[in-house]
Amino acid sequence: MSLDLNRKKVTKNAYRITKRRNYTALRVRVPGGHLNAAQLSIIAGLAETFGDGTLHVTARQGFEIPNIPFERMSEVNAALKPLLAELQLRHGVQIDNIDAGYPGAGMRNISACVGNRICPFANADTTALAQRLEGMLYPNDLHVKIAVTGCPNDCVKVHLQDFGIVAICEPEYHYDDCIGCEACVKACERKVTGALTMQNGKVYRDERRCIGCGECVLSCPTAAWTRRPGRLYRVLIMGRTGKRNPRLAMPFLDRVSEDVVCQLIKNTLPYAERHRLKCIPKEHIGYIVDRTGLDVFKEEALTGIEFNPGARIAKTIQWPGYNTLNDANFKLISK
Amino acid sequence: MNKSFKLSSEQFKTVFAGLSEHYCIVGPKRFAGLGRFSDTDLIRYAPLTSIDELELAEKSCFSPKDLVFPPDETLFYFNGQQFSEAALPDNLEIIVLLRPCDINGIDRLDRMFMKNADVIDPYYQRRRSRLHFFMIECRESFENCFCVSMNANRSDNYAAALRFGKDGVEAEVASDKFLETFAVNGSVFEFKPEFVSENQIKVELPKVETMPPEIFTDKLWEEYDSRCISCGRCNTSCVTCSCFTTRDLFYGDSRTCGERRRVWDGCHLDGFCDMAGGHTFRKNKGERMRFKTFHKIYDYRKRFGVDMCVGCGRCDDVCPEYISFSNCINKLSARLKEGAE
Repeated sequence: MSLDLNRKKVTKNAYRITKRRNYTALRVRVPGGHLNAAQLSIIAGLAETFGDGTLHVTARQGFEIPNIPFERMSEVNAALKPLLAELQLRHGVQIDNIDAGYPGAGMRNISACVGNRICPFANADTTALAQRLEGMLYPNDLHVKIAVTGCPNDCVKVHLQDFGIVAICEPEYHYDDCIGCEACVKACERKVTGALTMQNGKVYRDERRCIGCGECVLSCPTAAWTRRPGRLYRVLIMGRTGKRNPRLAMPFLDRVSEDVVCQLIKNTLPYAERHRLKCIPKEHIGYIVDRTGLDVFKEEALTGIEFNPGARIAKTIQWPGYNTLNDANFKLISK
Repeated sequence: MNKSFKLSSEQFKTVFAGLSEHYCIVGPKRFAGLGRFSDTDLIRYAPLTSIDELELAEKSCFSPKDLVFPPDETLFYFNGQQFSEAALPDNLEIIVLLRPCDINGIDRLDRMFMKNADVIDPYYQRRRSRLHFFMIECRESFENCFCVSMNANRSDNYAAALRFGKDGVEAEVASDKFLETFAVNGSVFEFKPEFVSENQIKVELPKVETMPPEIFTDKLWEEYDSRCISCGRCNTSCVTCSCFTTRDLFYGDSRTCGERRRVWDGCHLDGFCDMAGGHTFRKNKGERMRFKTFHKIYDYRKRFGVDMCVGCGRCDDVCPEYISFSNCINKLSARLKEGAE
């Protein structure tokens, strides 16, 4: 019998159309990019049982399992159940029918660097925040890319996301413990922004230069620098790859709490739904902001947010990027 | 009069509260979230407001030496005409809760600051004379401890020795000064502190008497040239490192008014042996490692009859490059044996 698929429904269910007729590929979400070996075995089992035994590790830290016959989707969905329970339900995702597979595919997998469960540089448990966001935002059908990185080194490349969340710290200086060894000053000068200078044998921090990476804390041999308790983040917005205008995400909010980050992204969903172009299936969020302008985005996305003391916001944003249409810079070097 | 007691947790709290009225009580304390890495804790010596704040489960990252030798201490103020010595901020006597290795560590500092060629360092002495040791009984090693090898696992230099148990505290009070408060609140009990008798890590010390000069230039030290990053953590965490530098700082734009401070320095830190004119000894990290090693287990012993190192192992705990001092001592001993054969 010929296949009779509701393609839109199938795509929402995380099965994509592939080159090979009658065969699909399943996109498995791994929020925060961290999973246990048993979950990995389930994913491997899906590939072996329903696919061709191969897996693609996606750029967003999920898995794509290719060469699954469309007709086996319901079997695959049944086999997915324990994975959905562990990686989605457990983090608070609302799923009406757990036997029916993924309930949405618009918002991409929320990726994260390895974070402070492992990395000494990280200022936060990035996996945990990615999972919290998964629970809060998934499922939705908007084209939104989110990533969380543990420090301004940005290993997960939040600069290419719609929402790039950077965990930062507020370094606190304990004057009496400082022996003036200059380790922090050198570290900041060599690796970061040169926010620290020596004055009278002690260290002076230029707050406007400090990006909150925590290098001073890491380098201090007397714990004269510590991180102020409580989590702080910088949020970069509307970076993207894409075929028209690739560009870097730029800082929008700085020194904000985790609640502020979550609320901002939550508020963005109705904003995007209100303003998106209805004539295309999934308009990329960055282009919506381009059209409405930053001020409208600000007004709607910041509604009802209670900012923590010390929170800062960008006055204006100019996104560095380029227009792919610009061909004038090319000349022929080989005929 | 009997000098050992058993106290319930409640009774010990009463003792603690009573002592707090007259003494500043200092001990290893956990500071949540202030560790070097995010979401890790820092354990360092600090005033305790309650005995519940005393951290017993983990070794402190820093030693109690700040109490007698602060990282940054103003010695005197000057104004171009005269100078005046800086007074201590308070006259409080201090009870410090510490383990035998650290008591021995402070003994090593005493020798450096007060028994070295009959010169007594007054700044050290005035802080030292207000300390009272309450020894925390230590029957089990932490990671990297090698106090037994360094003969620093035992001490009888304490005003009181305390065993902290689940239901309370057993105490031996050696100083009459504190006898009454324990006697009034506790009940008589036989208690003598025990000491850790074996560490997992054992160190073989080289013989001081037969140290061949060639070992100073041995290639043994070369590996540390590239391994050590001269961060100075081994020095700052060490209970016996006593090196300092002096710094004069001037107030505002003044050319005459200011203060002189002494600030911790360390042989692994850059600039430690920079001289006027730019000359510097021990440019290579391996040379610094050699200098430290010999200071800790060779020349100090020649001078004072005991080793400087007390085997607390903090240097091994904190080295970001996994350089182990206990291993270094053993490497040195092995190398000396090789040479002898």
